[in-house]
Amino acid sequence: MKYLCLVYYQESEIGQMSADAWDTLNSECLAYGETIAKSGHRLGGEALEPTHTATTVRVRNGRVSTTDGPFAETKEQLAGFYFIEAENLDDAIEVAAGIPPARLGSIEIRPVRQLSRSGNTR
Amino acid sequence: MPQQDTQQIRDTVDAIYRAESRRVLATLIRLLGDFDLAEEALHEAFRAAIKQWPDDGVPANPRAWLVSTGRFKAVDEMRRTARFDPLDDAVAERLAGEAGDMSTLMDDELEDDRLRLIFTCCHPALPSDAQVALTLREVCGLTTEEIARAFLTAAPTLAQRIVRAKNKIKVARIPYEVPERDALAQRLDNVLRVIYLVFNEGYSASSGASLTRSDLSEEAIRLGRLLVELLPEPEAMGLLALMLLQESRRAARASPDGELILLDAQDRSLWNRAMIAEGTQLMTRALMSRRFGPYTLQAAIACVHAEASEPGATDWAEIVGLYDLLLRIEPSPVVELNRAVAVAMRDGPAAGLGLIDALLARGDLADYHLAHAARADFCRRLGRTGEAREAYERALALTQVEPERRFLQGRLNELAH
Repeated sequence: MKYLCLVYYQESEIGQMSADAWDTLNSECLAYGETIAKSGHRLGGEALEPTHTATTVRVRNGRVSTTDGPFAETKEQLAGFYFIEAENLDDAIEVAAGIPPARLGSIEIRPVRQLSRSGNTR
Repeated sequence: MPQQDTQQIRDTVDAIYRAESRRVLATLIRLLGDFDLAEEALHEAFRAAIKQWPDDGVPANPRAWLVSTGRFKAVDEMRRTARFDPLDDAVAERLAGEAGDMSTLMDDELEDDRLRLIFTCCHPALPSDAQVALTLREVCGLTTEEIARAFLTAAPTLAQRIVRAKNKIKVARIPYEVPERDALAQRLDNVLRVIYLVFNEGYSASSGASLTRSDLSEEAIRLGRLLVELLPEPEAMGLLALMLLQESRRAARASPDGELILLDAQDRSLWNRAMIAEGTQLMTRALMSRRFGPYTLQAAIACVHAEASEPGATDWAEIVGLYDLLLRIEPSPVVELNRAVAVAMRDGPAAGLGLIDALLARGDLADYHLAHAARADFCRRLGRTGEAREAYERALALTQVEPERRFLQGRLNELAH
């Protein structure tokens, strides 16, 4: 059986962390990724850039609407995910707009963030 | 070199900065792939110009010289700091490896860069207020402080907005491109919306003591002109026409002490005829393309007003017809309200009141002060004083702009007599 583990935290709390504490947390994430890879659990996984880099795509009446931010309606629930490679945000928006449920709900696009042992961005 | 010549060169550099800095920046952003690096490179290039031009003379093509120098300085800087970041090193090598002769830069290419910059700053994946701030900062070259003052925002808040927007452009990889043909129409709508937002903020400030902040309107018109020059689409012309026709009434729409003067009471000799002529010509060109949209139609309505030598000569039937067209392509309660006012002018206040009451009953405009102000006006003209007073009071409670408040209070006082 495959499972998706979603990671949630308050960005404001992360923002208040010292740079060292933040780098330590990122190092722990890298190490844990290796641990579960060795144990055979890891299929994939990435950190994400913060929510202000998110873009939400909806298609209504055949028209694509693009807005800033992770503004899924609170009444909408997570239903699935696509992990894509795209040339740039416009390319990603085009792919996202083609996802059939974009006509019903919304698709949130978030860039992947590279974890590193030091100098992590927030 | 004599002191006088040095001063002359400085003046030349200043003039070139005003005329060329945005073009040079737009190209540097493309070449360096980063807003902050490009801004730094732009300043380095002008610093070098001030230092070198007094001895070497002003180059034949200052624009190409500045782009070339800016890029060279940026690559140099990247190489210097590269030992800390191998990724930058790779970028620096790639940049240095590209064909380096900037004198061959085509002017067409540079103009494309300005358009790229506009579309990137107005990308719909950026927050709306950030699109406005970024456009004024990067395309118009206003300082953060100037933008903050114009929008009555604290400078640090505005600076943060711009930093975040640039960060999103970089991290989410918003492309530095003019959208392809099929996406162009929708993206152009957004660019026009941003320009019109800037114009309206200058034309009728949303709060504060002064009715207009004319600098923003001028900036918006400048942007509109630039866009028409770079991308002569009918709606871009329509928007420029609309802004010019509205701006033409600026001197007439407020009294010397800042009181609001409505269209029918304005001194029409104060209307700027040159702007009206230019606006009318642009509007006509846009209409003839048959690919026009809401901005062109609004410009056409403004044009009908401009053609009337006195309020009584206004062709209200024509205006109602244009509103009907506008409602068909872009239905909105505010357009319905404006149409109701035009209908009242054509058929009398009772006809207008019926339309407005139906609109208010739907609840769309319940919190829009101008809907209540229009209702108050119709009731006043129909002699329904009690209802008029109630509606004026409702309108008064809904607006924060001082001259509008004084105007409504004045009407209320008249009713009391």
